[in-house]
Amino acid sequence: MLTLTQIVFLIVAAITLLAAIMVVTSRSMVHTALWLIMTLAGIAVFFVLLNAGFLAVVQVAVYIDAIAIMIIIVVMLTQRSMGSQDRQRSKTWWAAVIAALLLFGGLVLMFAQAPLLGAEAPTLTVGPEALIEELGLALVDVDRYIVPFEVASVLLLAAMVGSIIVAWPGRMSQEQEDES
Amino acid sequence: MIPLSWYIIVGAALFSIGIYGALARRNALAILMAIELILNAVNLNLVAFWRYLTPNIVAGKVFVLVVFAVAASEVAVGLALIISIYRRRHTIAVEEIDMMKW
Amino acid sequence: MVAFLNDPFTWTGSLLRGWLEGLGLAPDLVTFLLQVLGALVLGTVMLLLTFILIWAERKIVARIQDRLGPNRVGPFGVFQTVADLLKLVTKELITPTGADIIPYNLAPLLAVMAVVGIWAVIPLAPTLIGANINIGVLYVVAIGAIGTLGIMIAGMSSNNKYALLGAFRTVAMMVSYAVPMMIALLIPVLLSGSMDMATIVEAQSPIAFIILAPIAALIFFVSSLAEVGRAPFDLLEAESEIVAGFHIEYSGLKFGMFFVAEFLHAFTISALTATLFLAGWKGPWVELYPLLGLFYFIIKTSIVYFVVIWIRGSFPRIRIDQMNNLNWKLVTPLALASLIVTAIGEKVAVEYGINRPIIHVGANAFLFMLTLVLIRFNARAARSRVKGNSVNKAVAASSGSSQGS
Repeated sequence: MLTLTQIVFLIVAAITLLAAIMVVTSRSMVHTALWLIMTLAGIAVFFVLLNAGFLAVVQVAVYIDAIAIMIIIVVMLTQRSMGSQDRQRSKTWWAAVIAALLLFGGLVLMFAQAPLLGAEAPTLTVGPEALIEELGLALVDVDRYIVPFEVASVLLLAAMVGSIIVAWPGRMSQEQEDES
Repeated sequence: MIPLSWYIIVGAALFSIGIYGALARRNALAILMAIELILNAVNLNLVAFWRYLTPNIVAGKVFVLVVFAVAASEVAVGLALIISIYRRRHTIAVEEIDMMKW
Repeated sequence: MVAFLNDPFTWTGSLLRGWLEGLGLAPDLVTFLLQVLGALVLGTVMLLLTFILIWAERKIVARIQDRLGPNRVGPFGVFQTVADLLKLVTKELITPTGADIIPYNLAPLLAVMAVVGIWAVIPLAPTLIGANINIGVLYVVAIGAIGTLGIMIAGMSSNNKYALLGAFRTVAMMVSYAVPMMIALLIPVLLSGSMDMATIVEAQSPIAFIILAPIAALIFFVSSLAEVGRAPFDLLEAESEIVAGFHIEYSGLKFGMFFVAEFLHAFTISALTATLFLAGWKGPWVELYPLLGLFYFIIKTSIVYFVVIWIRGSFPRIRIDQMNNLNWKLVTPLALASLIVTAIGEKVAVEYGINRPIIHVGANAFLFMLTLVLIRFNARAARSRVKGNSVNKAVAASSGSSQGS
């Protein structure tokens, strides 16, 4: 008999995988973006099931509230390029299917040989507040993970500056004047 | 309750679906969305392994935060590039963006 | 009876649990059912509260504008909102041709969901909170931005250029003002040492955070007003500008859901300001009678909501470029500076043992003076630029006319 947690896991896994398949096969770009949002929400629910509540909320705040909205805006800006009547699959899509299936099979076979996969979850010794406090302390501790933290902030700053410069419309109007 | 293998299978399935999407779609935005699926599958794997094998060591979650930051910056720069390409070539089908300069 | 007054949720919960387990259900299922029941009750109470909110707004705005407001349907027009709701419900639900059906119907749901979901983490009384998660502030940020997503989907799926333009402007504004709102939300977290809303309220014991961080309170209030889309930031629904913004193509109850979501969101940000900066449910004699905290919470939230309505009736609408300037040139740098100043103030107060409120009040006053000096400098430069242009034009016009004549 399946416990409640297992039933919830199976339902959420089915929804997430179905949404992911619709992301890669949908004809309309708007629908693709919406199915992506459902997949991201499903992953957030997985994080909650894995006792990583902080990461679940960060997932919703970063992916759904920022990245998904950016993607939807760009979908609306470029919608005239490929309407839903054009074909969405490239000519060699059958090779992609074979590659994906081989990859999935290979991964599952490889993991099935690892002995610790039937393991049950060890009980957590500390509560959720201590987990988050430990994470925060580890991110600013000089002996531990402050360098990846600072590198990630510099990366975000570089990405922000870079995307503004790349998407700046000023240069293109100059080039249009040069061409005409 | 839930064995680790279930999480690994879901992560591997998401990863494979993302690989199919990145290889088989013509629209540059759709490829970007498939790459987001891949990054999410990696995150799921990381958190599952953290929870089941080393719940006392916080390195797994730090790695997930760094992957969040990398994914966000990659999407930002990728979308800026797509907008810029759309302005110049008026198309975002990757088959038609194959010449550097004409 | 005393046990019920002290802790009504737990008392009712144990009563129901005893009854349900007596029927022979498993304990896990009983917990799940009780949580679902609690969520239903909270959501329904919040949605029914909207009747009073809309009525209060219409009466107060009317009085500010020197007229009476609704006063025919029921005593003092109390049932006017019920009459409006009945009218909305009986309207025909027209779906435009070419609209995506599923996103079109999903968008109002997302807008309402984003607002009602915030109420799960607000502490209404010492023992009355929906879900006491220890990352409450981050949860508020994450769920609040789902409303932005709902609006974008509404504009996209309506198959209407004006709806799309309205949705773009709305999303641009909401995403812009979410930045200083999040930074200003970090300041009570810094001052109290936890993201848990209940802990933040309890850390405001002697002094409320509005005295320790007045600039942060002001920034949070203003950014939340812009997030909701209330006046003076209501260019989203300015009937004179872009017809009706992103909800042009919605009629009947779907429009009613957007309407309800907006008013409830205004009340929610009043509740958040009251919780984070005005010490939520704290007041005299709350330790003796915990349910009195609910009363104080309602009073504080109503005061902030009155200020929101007051602002709506007093200020003209802001143009979108003025709004962008205000955000990126004033509010966001001020929020960042306030965060740095508060962090330094906390560290100095802990290390050197100086009195904490004095340091924070002094630092905020210094930042305020600095901001005023910089604004005056900026305004003088802009004014001299404009005056320089007009002087030059006058000289050129007079010299041109003297040459021509």
